[in-house]
Amino acid sequence: MSSQVLKSVHPFGEEAVDIVIDDGLIVAIVAPGSGVGDVIFECADLIALPGFVDLHTHLREPGREDAETILTGSQAAALGGFTCVHAMANTSPVADTAGVVEQVWRRGIETGLVNIRPVGAVTVGLAGKQLAELGAMAQSAALVRVFSDDGKCVHDPLLMRRALEYVKAFDGVVAQHAQDPRLTEDAQMNEGVLSGQLGLAGWPAVAEESIIARDVLLAKHVGSRLHVCHLSTAGSVDVIRWAKARGINVTAEVAPHHLLLTEDLVASYDPMYKVNPPLRRLDDVTALRQAVADGTVDIIATDHAPHPHEDKDCEWAAAAMGMLGLETAFSIALLTLVEPGLLTWRELADRMSIAPAKIGRVSDQGRDLAVGEPANITVVNPRARTVVDPTRMASKSRNTPYAGMELPGQVMHVFYSGRCTVRDGELA
Amino acid sequence: MQHLLSAADLSTEEAVLILDTAAQLAEVTDRSVKKLPTLRGRTVVNLFFEDSTRTRISFEVAAKRLSADVINFAAKGSSLSKGESLKDTALTLEAMGADAVVIRHGASGAPHRLAASSWTGCSVINAGDGTHEHPTQALLDAYTIRRHLAGGTGDLSGLSVAIVGDILHSRVARSNVLLLKTLGASVTVVAPPTLLPYGVDSWPCSVSYDIDSVLPQVDAVMMLRVQAERMQAAFFPSALEYSRLYGLDSDRFTLLPDHAIVLHPGPMNRGMEISADVADETRSVIVEQVANGVSVRMAVLYLLLGGMAEVE
Repeated sequence: MSSQVLKSVHPFGEEAVDIVIDDGLIVAIVAPGSGVGDVIFECADLIALPGFVDLHTHLREPGREDAETILTGSQAAALGGFTCVHAMANTSPVADTAGVVEQVWRRGIETGLVNIRPVGAVTVGLAGKQLAELGAMAQSAALVRVFSDDGKCVHDPLLMRRALEYVKAFDGVVAQHAQDPRLTEDAQMNEGVLSGQLGLAGWPAVAEESIIARDVLLAKHVGSRLHVCHLSTAGSVDVIRWAKARGINVTAEVAPHHLLLTEDLVASYDPMYKVNPPLRRLDDVTALRQAVADGTVDIIATDHAPHPHEDKDCEWAAAAMGMLGLETAFSIALLTLVEPGLLTWRELADRMSIAPAKIGRVSDQGRDLAVGEPANITVVNPRARTVVDPTRMASKSRNTPYAGMELPGQVMHVFYSGRCTVRDGELA
Repeated sequence: MQHLLSAADLSTEEAVLILDTAAQLAEVTDRSVKKLPTLRGRTVVNLFFEDSTRTRISFEVAAKRLSADVINFAAKGSSLSKGESLKDTALTLEAMGADAVVIRHGASGAPHRLAASSWTGCSVINAGDGTHEHPTQALLDAYTIRRHLAGGTGDLSGLSVAIVGDILHSRVARSNVLLLKTLGASVTVVAPPTLLPYGVDSWPCSVSYDIDSVLPQVDAVMMLRVQAERMQAAFFPSALEYSRLYGLDSDRFTLLPDHAIVLHPGPMNRGMEISADVADETRSVIVEQVANGVSVRMAVLYLLLGGMAEVE
């Protein structure tokens, strides 16, 4: 592999340097203009960050290759600046055995654009009745450490307790989709004044918050590690803050769309805005941004959820829940957190790379930009502004809620273990 | 105005114009030849994804009295039940040259989707969508109230109306609260707390859990149908208890002022939300509501498709 040089790049937005990459590693960080290598990337005014790590991605393969494949999802991830994604288990067949997680893991290696870390299901078939073979998945070639029934809540408190306890044996974590199923039967949108007016069945905040409250108490009782997926309410932030103040080993994520969009968009009945958990109120958005800033919410995770056009081009109630996220996550984080001064570049790197890698126990990702470290690097242009065009996305699906919006920031170059996957904003 | 999707779309002037037009068109119904040539050559499609024989027939009669061609399209289930999708149905109707689509759909917002999409350029009339709205029902209720209590002209200023029953799931209630407010009436919704939507206190109406304290204050009371299935979902303990606390029986009827009228959008559960005696009272205008429904729907079709020219 020939050596590559990032000329005059600003690591974490700090002083410009030249970064030399060779043999998959960062081999030199030197004064600007003095780096030597075979392939040159002019990076003046660009910012280098550790490659982003997504703890929450739906790649849809196996089973729903009409929505996304491991290849198209990897391409979308690379273009979004990610060098590692965690592929959620709600595929068909469900990733609840060592065989399925190894298949996903192998396809990731063959594709070679990002590190694909399969998430194992907590329960067989996501049915919430019986623990899946968590140990077998952990010991498989895929080395699964994150377990989730995402899309469904592990509602049975005893089963949740057992799962939390069991994964301690291999330093795993249960990532809970916090949604009380009884309180959200047929729910279509955030429960509030607007749901009453629109005649759409409400999805109360308490359905999320009550499960989180239960789970942090369970995690405390059994001394386990808990991760909470896609927080969407101010109340959930309060519960996590309360738990962390008591030393409970809990981490939490927020999806980019919950940092920007509010339930008012649902008044159009456009299913592009239908998502689980639902878009909430402005107060929730504000609380979530603040929580990312103060570290109560540890990470940004995309919940990238591709759906084919026909599942969104219909009436609201019939539509699928979910939004694309990989290719816009950085821009949304820039818009909602960095530009308003809530996060520094180093803190953004923590929320989008370092902390998610730690939670997922991905040892060679989310590292510092330093000599000897694996060359997982994302170079961004914070001043670029682009209008989101769904037809230009790499994802096989088009269900982005940002179509037509002008967003700040562009991912310019991405290096995954030293391999350039994105150059000048295009797949390399 | 191209579409009628929500009662909130109507200004006071527009609402009064529809009621005035309905009053003029009602005279046609009294003629021996009950027909106007106004919409000759125009095509109205009744697109019903939910069974509703009453509403469908009402629109059909209204369109036919205006000489429109009427196509009844009863879609076998929505895309929810993996039948023909709303989109494909709309494209089909568009290709057939429909001018207006009257849509009844189980999903809230389906008429909005139809109107906002590129699937069709027709006028869209909401004939009831999920638990959202049913604006022509509200118009016929307002028309009926105006005829009895406001001399048949103008708005409904100064009148007081109670809407009693399953407000949470009722598209009739939502449209009525909005329209009656637009027309100047004051509205009180009455229901057990479980059958009121979250945030109802921000609606342009009063809220009460106690029907007996409300009835003496109102000029009209509208009783809503309560579905038996709500009982299984624990919205109230039993049909008997509901009826005892919120049903309009002969005893409660005496609490109403002498001039007050009783409305019901139908179909009634006699013995549940309304007793048979009250339903058949002379001050119960339930059958007349059906007749007024035709006039109001004629007015809506006429104003959306025929423009604003004077009725001949």
